[in-house]
Amino acid sequence: MNQILSVILNAEFGYSVLRVSTPILFATLGALISDKAGVMNIALEGIMLIAALSGVVFSALSGSAGVGLFAAVVAGGLVGLFLAYCALKLRTDIILSGIAINLMASGGTVFALFLIAGDKGISSSLASKVLPKLNIPGISSIPVLGTILSGHNVLTYVAFIMVAATFIFLYRTPLGLRIRAVGENPNAAASVGIGVTKIQYLALTLSGMMAGFGGAYMSMGYVSWFSKNMTAGRGFIALAAEAMGGATPIGSMLTSLLFGFFDALSNTLQLMKIPSEFVNMIPYAATVIGLVVYASQKKRRERKTLESAGAASRAATAADAAAANKE
Amino acid sequence: MLNIRNRGMRMDELLRMEGITKVYPNGIVANKNVDFSVKAGEIHGLVGENGAGKSTLMKILFGLNKAEKGRILLEGKEIRIDSPYAAIGHGIGMVHQHFMLVPSLTAAENLVMGLEPRKGIYLDIAAAIRTTEELGRKYGLVVDPRAAVRDLPVGIKQRLEILKALFRGARILILDEPTAVLTPQETEELFVQLKLLRQAGNTIVFISHKLNEIKELCDRVTIMRSGAVQGTFAVSKVDEKDISRLMVGRDVILEVQKTAARPMGTVLKVNDLVVLDRFGKRAVNGASFSVRKGEILGIAGVEGNGQRELVEAITGLGTFASGDLEVNGRSVAGMSIRKIRDAGVCHVPEDRMTDGCAATLGVEANLMSYNHDSVQFTGPVFLKGKAIRANSDRLIAEYNVKCSSPEQEVGMLSGGNIQKVVVAREFSSAPSLIVADQPTRGIDVGATEFIRARLVELRDEGAAVLLVSADLNEVMELSDSLIVMYGGKIGAYVPDAKSVGEEELGLFMLGLKKQSPEEIARVVHD
Amino acid sequence: MTRNQRLFEVVRTGLAILIALLIALVIVLTVSEDPADALYKFLLGPLDSFRHFGNVIELMIPLVFTGVAISIMFSAAQFNLGAEGGFFIGAIATAFVAIKFNLPPVIHPVVAILFGSLVGSLFCGLPAALKVRWGASELVSSLMFNYIAFFFGLFLINYLLRDVNAGAMVSYTFKPTALLPRLVPKTRISYGLIVAVLLVVAAAAFMTKTRWGYRIRLTGANARFAQYSGINTNSVVVYSQVIGGFVAGMGGSIELLGMYTRFSWQSLPGYGWDGVIVAILARNNPLYVPVAAFFLAYLRIGADIMSRYSDVPNEFVTLIQGTIIILIAASSFLAKYRHRLVFKEALESDAKGARR
Repeated sequence: MNQILSVILNAEFGYSVLRVSTPILFATLGALISDKAGVMNIALEGIMLIAALSGVVFSALSGSAGVGLFAAVVAGGLVGLFLAYCALKLRTDIILSGIAINLMASGGTVFALFLIAGDKGISSSLASKVLPKLNIPGISSIPVLGTILSGHNVLTYVAFIMVAATFIFLYRTPLGLRIRAVGENPNAAASVGIGVTKIQYLALTLSGMMAGFGGAYMSMGYVSWFSKNMTAGRGFIALAAEAMGGATPIGSMLTSLLFGFFDALSNTLQLMKIPSEFVNMIPYAATVIGLVVYASQKKRRERKTLESAGAASRAATAADAAAANKE
Repeated sequence: MLNIRNRGMRMDELLRMEGITKVYPNGIVANKNVDFSVKAGEIHGLVGENGAGKSTLMKILFGLNKAEKGRILLEGKEIRIDSPYAAIGHGIGMVHQHFMLVPSLTAAENLVMGLEPRKGIYLDIAAAIRTTEELGRKYGLVVDPRAAVRDLPVGIKQRLEILKALFRGARILILDEPTAVLTPQETEELFVQLKLLRQAGNTIVFISHKLNEIKELCDRVTIMRSGAVQGTFAVSKVDEKDISRLMVGRDVILEVQKTAARPMGTVLKVNDLVVLDRFGKRAVNGASFSVRKGEILGIAGVEGNGQRELVEAITGLGTFASGDLEVNGRSVAGMSIRKIRDAGVCHVPEDRMTDGCAATLGVEANLMSYNHDSVQFTGPVFLKGKAIRANSDRLIAEYNVKCSSPEQEVGMLSGGNIQKVVVAREFSSAPSLIVADQPTRGIDVGATEFIRARLVELRDEGAAVLLVSADLNEVMELSDSLIVMYGGKIGAYVPDAKSVGEEELGLFMLGLKKQSPEEIARVVHD
Repeated sequence: MTRNQRLFEVVRTGLAILIALLIALVIVLTVSEDPADALYKFLLGPLDSFRHFGNVIELMIPLVFTGVAISIMFSAAQFNLGAEGGFFIGAIATAFVAIKFNLPPVIHPVVAILFGSLVGSLFCGLPAALKVRWGASELVSSLMFNYIAFFFGLFLINYLLRDVNAGAMVSYTFKPTALLPRLVPKTRISYGLIVAVLLVVAAAAFMTKTRWGYRIRLTGANARFAQYSGINTNSVVVYSQVIGGFVAGMGGSIELLGMYTRFSWQSLPGYGWDGVIVAILARNNPLYVPVAAFFLAYLRIGADIMSRYSDVPNEFVTLIQGTIIILIAASSFLAKYRHRLVFKEALESDAKGARR
């Protein structure tokens, strides 16, 4: 136990947490945007895979990591658009559409990988590029904080900036307002002339682009290759994280960090002779527990709101009756 | 009584709907050649029972519905209204019964939604707040711009809806039953605000069935009944009784063949029942009555006076706050729906598609939903297919359900046939009490006659029937006795339904007349 | 459903499959140096030898199990995707019994399979319980449980049942008494096929001829109405997923004991996801599951054969599967025609009834 604590309270561990939280955070923000518009993006997992592969392939082809990143984000957006098409135009249940896309991504990426790199497992034959790490001049010299915060891959910093960007987008721009309106009360939005379907298309595309960043990070930052099914369920964890985060950007950041914590913990525990399989379970088990806690809190809050509304109304009715009696 | 009918355009006429006819796909004529006109700067009341066509007419005006025939003229020029957006463009705004607000957004955000003020790429929240405050001051409709809508009381939400319409340049405001959700206090505040709006030159169409409000607020009133306009009058020149007479009446009297009722012991006893609606208001405010074996007790009343909550409490679909319910002498308070059904209560629900059937399953599957686990239809493991089929065949034949086979999807049947499936299932459970809520709404004449005849038959066989119907014909002809609900209370008890005329019934239904507590108490037998 | 509607659905399904195959055609044409040969191997490869055809049947068996499992859960409108995990953990549980216990011949596999099924039902039942008790989405929790099942299962294999003497990360061999005997010589088809057939019959009977199956279907069709009919929908939600898990676990057990002598899976086999496709193709009807499972297995084996003898990797079959899901579940796909058909039928049935 002491051993574990000493590991956790190490600055290196803090660095590790931020590192592994990055892809989850991107995906969670993606889930957030689509959720706000009232459409659930189950395909985050598949989108990340496709984006990861695109990043590797295009960076190898062009010799530039930037091009790879661009390709990954565009690919993510396109898949998000495709999901919107299936769910909104073809009217396939959005969950089934998501499942279909995940399936196609899982096999399709291996297929493409084989064709391009000649290997079904890993893309090492491709000279793919990696996005750079950044050492922040001022911060890196601070004792503990420096180790934790500096020297991350550029996308890690982008991820946290995206939290702020998403917040600003959703709560301080007209488009964000419309997205939130559409998600909560599409009738209200339609009644003032907002195109509900158009907004949902947009939200899913943006959601895909966000997940695209996450995928790019996986293959061009976390590691420097693409391997089969490398996202390992992060897209699904993101769904739980978003729900647990109360569907807010800050909440999403906190829950993503939470899962990053467990993920990093499992990496570290593996080095300590605790069975890796057992340790690998931890993030997923934590997700379930978190989901249950969140759902039960939500239920309790809803019940309280109803009760207090009832009490308030009853009080108002009584007051009115009393006033009427006096007349 | 002066009858001011508009012939040709008058100088101060602002809006005119001419010859509006709307027929729904199921054949019901909601608006029959309706002429409706509104003068600039007036508050014009539009009254009628549910189904009279007033909501349909206003929906056409607001672009939510399309009329088959007729035209709309604004300031003498014909306009087309294809959508709410178009209506808003013409300066017509509507405040619906179900608010079009986004709960988690602030009042200011809701106000400017779709027409957001911008500062570069950003939403200019400060400007939105300013606008909300300015408009609020201008029209006397003060709303806290920073408050989240979900935290606002109902009256303020309504104010916000009005502000929304005004923000979008509405000169004509349509308010659909606005006081249904308000406390008396809030209602008074609303009236003050509406009068201020009128002073400022706005025109208001006020839809309601509360005649005292019409009297207090409106300049003129148009009365609709059965899809047609009965007349337009200056409110000062007409009294509530006149309005009531025009509002509540039957064009054709459909007689139901039945012998006199021979009621016996009490089956349902409702004791001082109080039921709260989802806002915490007392939808049913202390009702007591009983229904006996062998009688059909009808509940007359304009919708929204507590009938729905009453039915939900009796059938177990909802809970009640205080009082008691007894079926065959046993209290059913807190019982599960299953237990209430087992106690002998069956329910023909108001909304057959959501509560009465599973549209994607077959007729047979829908017929057996309640009794599929009775000894008759199921063994220890398997269902008794033959017995079930025999039962389905029998019911389909008995109730004349027009379907191609017992396997046909219920959703494919016509409305009348779907209702017959519902009714066949409910009536065949040998109930002591039948709660029939709008049993013949939206279905063809043949099915209607069939279902009514069947209810009478069941009555003769000893069932107690509680009939809730907004159809005046039905409630007057089919019931043996009836009670009138108004404002969550029973306003009258008529032991012999044939002894009351439409006029008097109308007065009870609109709360203009009320029986004494002793007279009403007669409905509680034994 | 009436006969005409059924026919329409068949046509719609066929059209969706056709479009998906056309996409496959295009992919193969673009990718392969010898597309004709590749396509030949893909479409007819499974039929070119007894062994190949046997492979199709072998793959069909686990798909029948997961297909039925998901059909049952989807019939109750529960989006539980935990068949994957249930399948896997059921296999692990079975391996446990197959390795550690000494039981007489017929009893051994039966007990092993039963144990595997029960463990599977636990894994799928947990998301259901979480939903009913706390309102947690069964979709997300079942996905998480898939991974939990995977890692926990691997943990058990690698630490309790691992055969250190063998070359790879595999378990000890199963006791011979536990194995399912071969049914068809020269193939690897085991008696599991018979169990699969029996399962389909039992599931169909359960769903259409028992009150529990009826309640599942009613709850899935209109949960509110089911409640108002006096059905306890919470309990239906739970037992539909428990049963689904049971079947999934059984599938894993039978796959293991019928095709292997040791536990050697290092990753989730993916049959659970295939079960989703099978269920969609079969419209959640257990009787159609074997047909859908056969079709899917045929596609997979065809793609396998193609990848072995030509230059097209077999993963592209997931693209076909995905397309099929999207098109078949697309309510708008050919919706116009369905509308016309429905309208015509409604008029006809009215007329027919009037004639009575």
